[in-house]
Amino acid sequence: MASSSLSAKTTGLRTVPARLSRWRAIRKWIAGQEGWVFIFPWVVGFILLDLGPYIFALIISFLNWDVGRPPTYIGLRNYQAAFTDPLVGKSLWNTAFYTLFHVPGSTIIAFTVAGLLNQKVRGMPIWRTMYYIPSVTSGVGMALIWIWLFAPRGALNGMLGWFGIEGPRWLTSTTWAMPALIIMSFWGVGASMVIFLAGLQGVPQHLYEAAEVDGGGWWAKVRHVTIPMMTPYIFLSLILGVIGSFQVVTQALLMTGGGPDNATLFILLYIWIMGWNAFKMGYAASISWILFAIIFAATIVQFLGARRWVYYEYQEPG
Amino acid sequence: MTATTAEAGRRRPIVLRTFRWARRFLLYLIVVGGSFVYMYPVFFMLRTSLTKESDLYVVPPIIVPLPPVWENYSIMWQNGPTWSWMKNSIIVVAFSVVAETITSVSVAYGFARTRFAARDKLFIGVLATMMLPGAVTLIPRWLIFHRLDMIDTLWPLLIPRLFGTPFYIFIMRQFFLTLPRELDDAARIDGASHLQILRKVVIPLSVPAIATIAVFSFMNRWNDFLEPLIYLLRTENLTLAVGLKFFVSRFGTEYHLLMAGAMLLIVPMIVAFFLAQKQFIRGIALTGIKG
Repeated sequence: MASSSLSAKTTGLRTVPARLSRWRAIRKWIAGQEGWVFIFPWVVGFILLDLGPYIFALIISFLNWDVGRPPTYIGLRNYQAAFTDPLVGKSLWNTAFYTLFHVPGSTIIAFTVAGLLNQKVRGMPIWRTMYYIPSVTSGVGMALIWIWLFAPRGALNGMLGWFGIEGPRWLTSTTWAMPALIIMSFWGVGASMVIFLAGLQGVPQHLYEAAEVDGGGWWAKVRHVTIPMMTPYIFLSLILGVIGSFQVVTQALLMTGGGPDNATLFILLYIWIMGWNAFKMGYAASISWILFAIIFAATIVQFLGARRWVYYEYQEPG
Repeated sequence: MTATTAEAGRRRPIVLRTFRWARRFLLYLIVVGGSFVYMYPVFFMLRTSLTKESDLYVVPPIIVPLPPVWENYSIMWQNGPTWSWMKNSIIVVAFSVVAETITSVSVAYGFARTRFAARDKLFIGVLATMMLPGAVTLIPRWLIFHRLDMIDTLWPLLIPRLFGTPFYIFIMRQFFLTLPRELDDAARIDGASHLQILRKVVIPLSVPAIATIAVFSFMNRWNDFLEPLIYLLRTENLTLAVGLKFFVSRFGTEYHLLMAGAMLLIVPMIVAFFLAQKQFIRGIALTGIKG
């Protein structure tokens, strides 16, 4: 109020500087937009590589587009075909099955290992690195190693042999191929482990001391201090874990090719086969939208559920 | 009640010492044992890559192959255009690490330290692209690059790196928010521009976080499989990660050669990790990655 009446008075008294001050205001506004310069690359990339392609993907999904022939509009027929395609159902089921074991399993393992690595043990940098190395080398290299570990006469069956168990032919067995990929995925928990480790180091020591004063033992401290304080990290790990797990493809492509008998046909692998082997781009795009819808729904459900169990001690600054 | 406590108090030293010793022993056993379980595949790969084919299934298994069979590596190397795969991978990775790091730092600075009306709304866009599945953009991007006649070149693997990567932008922004604002205010009073503040004040304080995203970028691009798989066609144009796919079909059950190939992919990762490890761990601890 005071400032506006003051400016009214000054404009009333001297007109020329008023125009000058408007000019200054514009210049100030321009100066205030300087941030755009910094985020400009992202804005361009967002439009060209994300927003544009999303819209384009939606259009493609309504087309019959075999690369090489001109695309034709077929309405919702790609979606109708996808919903009745038994391999879409199969690959979605496989992906969900993998996620159901991979995400909780690797979160628990990562949390436990992070807890262990947070203890005072000599030579810790060495042990920490050893847990982390398999994650650093994830992807193709690890897939090659596990092809050999899971080989019929490979290391894993050799070890089972010590206990008199005759191991299965892991990667060529319809029963064991999927469990094999899940087991292997537990070696790639390094990233969430490091995030948990960072979180554990931020748990205030006085909370543990308070729990000790109340006579709480080791488990009580984990249960009532560590886990509640770590829920934001666990939540983040679950969210990113589900998103990643629904888009898993490399291992299956290299190790099983989706087989045997489609036992490891993941949804993204099926999209790849439809798009780049069968060149049915429209159909592949419609399946990718179904995958999108599932991941989106899973993320929303987790965010809604988070209110019940995720504990934020204080608001993030900024 | 009081009597038993007193009695326990008298006995405590030995019992407690034994108990504590047992607990520490168990802790070491789990930590060290577990770390060997985790490293086992890597040891096993190294060992197999230096073993004679005839020794692969010997019982009891050979732990250290002596003498090491280095020929496995030369046989593996000559089995494909390995040198050009290596060269392609190095081009993609070197370009990506530099481009992604610079653009992500710049964009993150914009989101953390400058003020303009649409800033926070746009940041939701960054979060969205981080969360939404990239699978949907795979087909349209491929068709766009196809139209631009860039299939079977490295361009589709290089161009998208020029625009900042959402996850790295997110990490850097979170880190910049932890830096005290008084530092830039002081620089601003001295008449520094945003670019000068970024270069002279913010970047020198952010080395661990920048190293973290550079290592992430290096690992992700080096291991990247799906993108080069769909964009590159001719055998000699592939990157190493995709090229090794041919080894799987070509070597079949010649696991000693397959493992030599895997070593080629994994050793640079391990070396890079050790070089950057100190900064890397510190960077992750400092950024406080959290929802």
